Amino acid sequence: MSETGVTATAVPGDALSKVNVRGGGATALPPSGVRRRRSKGLSWRGRLEITLLSGPAIVVFVLFVIVPVFVALYYSFFAWKGYGPATNFIGFDNYTWTLGNKDFWSAVGHNFAIAGLSLLFQGPLAVLLALLLNQKMRGRSLIRVLIFVPYVISEAIVGIGWRLMLSDTGAINGLLHRLGIDSIVSWISDPKIALWTLMFVITWKYIGFAVILMLAGLQGIPEELSEAAAVDGASYWQIQRHIMLPLLAPTIKIWAFLSVIGSMQLFDLVYIIWGQYIANISGTSTMAYFMAQNGRLSGQLGRGSAIAIVVFVISLVVALAFQKFVMNRNTEGALTSKED
Amino acid sequence: MAKKIDPRNGAVIRSTPKSGGWGSPLVYFISLCLIAVCIAPVIYIVIGGFRTNSQITQDPSGWPNPWNVSNYTSVLGMPDFWRMAGNSLYIALITVIAIVVLGVGASFVLARYKFWGRNAMYMLFASGLMFPLAVAITPLYIMVTKSPLANTPWGVILPQVAFGLPQTIIILTPFLAAIPMEIEEAATVDGCSRLGFFWRMVVPLSLPGVITVAILNFVGSWNSYMLPLYMFNDAAQYTLPLGVQQFSTAHSQDTAQVLAFTSMAMLPALIFFSIFERRIVGGLTGAVKG
Repeated sequence: MSETGVTATAVPGDALSKVNVRGGGATALPPSGVRRRRSKGLSWRGRLEITLLSGPAIVVFVLFVIVPVFVALYYSFFAWKGYGPATNFIGFDNYTWTLGNKDFWSAVGHNFAIAGLSLLFQGPLAVLLALLLNQKMRGRSLIRVLIFVPYVISEAIVGIGWRLMLSDTGAINGLLHRLGIDSIVSWISDPKIALWTLMFVITWKYIGFAVILMLAGLQGIPEELSEAAAVDGASYWQIQRHIMLPLLAPTIKIWAFLSVIGSMQLFDLVYIIWGQYIANISGTSTMAYFMAQNGRLSGQLGRGSAIAIVVFVISLVVALAFQKFVMNRNTEGALTSKED
Repeated sequence: MAKKIDPRNGAVIRSTPKSGGWGSPLVYFISLCLIAVCIAPVIYIVIGGFRTNSQITQDPSGWPNPWNVSNYTSVLGMPDFWRMAGNSLYIALITVIAIVVLGVGASFVLARYKFWGRNAMYMLFASGLMFPLAVAITPLYIMVTKSPLANTPWGVILPQVAFGLPQTIIILTPFLAAIPMEIEEAATVDGCSRLGFFWRMVVPLSLPGVITVAILNFVGSWNSYMLPLYMFNDAAQYTLPLGVQQFSTAHSQDTAQVLAFTSMAMLPALIFFSIFERRIVGGLTGAVKG
């Protein structure tokens, strides 16, 4: 059964759907198109071509993605404000400062809470909506477009919009007043509510992406399966529960991975809606927010580098753990093509 | 248990969506609610721009009465707005061109050459997915401010290109590998060099993939906030997302104006999205299916 989900995440009608049937995770190199080439060593000409074509990409990539990690590692051992050479070596002080900081740990807690709550609420909601929308109906492509609008607009711009709407005298409280609820709710500044407000805005911003992803996954499931089940007398919901959902699992896992990674990096929305200082008090600060606040924005670049390294390690551990414990289970068969 | 398949709601028989037919009312109702929640804030921002501040203070969730265009006309008359839009456009265009040029080159090598280290090279780029920009940004800032890139658009463009490459290469490599060997052989027989084959056959044949990659990166660059926030000290270089934030702080008492400015800033993204909707939706889902 699992072998039938060949194109479980492919998008019909899109040119991409035909190419990646071999799947197998982002880290697997698709077989090269070269098949019948004689296996003699490369000529100097071939080497030159390889260097010419891939050299620039490698240089830019290594310089701006890999090197920064080592730069951060170096400066994390200095008390350095960015002027002149870094000379004030302080060993692990920046790390002990970070790891001993209460605000940092509450930021870490918020990141994990956001990741967990996203999986808990956004995931089931997206699956349910995708199952509902995966039907023959008028205007389906229009619905697809409209639920995607929040995803396409910049975090900065929707952040401003939500900040205005959620303020004490904003449209949301105005709307509640209209409905006869007169108590003013401090959606942004009340520490008991703020994290839920953030979760709501995150869900609003990213649910469209999750639904589209799930829909694409559902459309890769062959119709014959649900037809056969219907012939055997399965009800609509039985089909969804026992056929569509299990076959959608690989897509759900990919979404979950992206969602967790995204939660670890969250910055824009928090910084825009809560501003430079309030997030610490209202309980919505994230690791990247903490890093910006105590690094770049306060001029403490050595300290910011140390925070960056700590955040990097945390994100990496989370990503690898997720890969190991969630992604590799059962996905192998479901993502691999039979006729590879 | 023995429920029949309703031919009208097509719950079981899933055929092509174009073949018409009406779903059940419940599905339409839920869809409408979903759309309302997704669109309402956007509409609120746009409509709010047509109100005056006193209208907004009196009734924050009301309708414009009378409609008032002056907020929008004054935004359109701001040189700042046009300069930020120009900066955003410039950075996004250069980013896309650079990503496509570098990405196609590297993907072509990965897809069509056999050489020692090919797998290592792919792993190198794929590992980029594990290096979040939010983490690299502090050291990137240190590197850029100490280099000639400081306070130039290139300080944003080059990191964006670097962080866009992994996804681009992961999308494009299978695309280029799928070009049949026979085409390359035929081209070689006809006297075409490997690079000639690259220019005359590969680039045109991989165009659909290239367009997807280009659109994804254009939208990403247009919306990017954290990188310009770190890199730019001078307001003359601000892009639209930074500008919106700055404007909303500077005019915090003038909500109507902020709403108008915000709507004008999201308009280009919305227009762009409505033109390329198919490719963006398809590309994003395609991009992550790895």
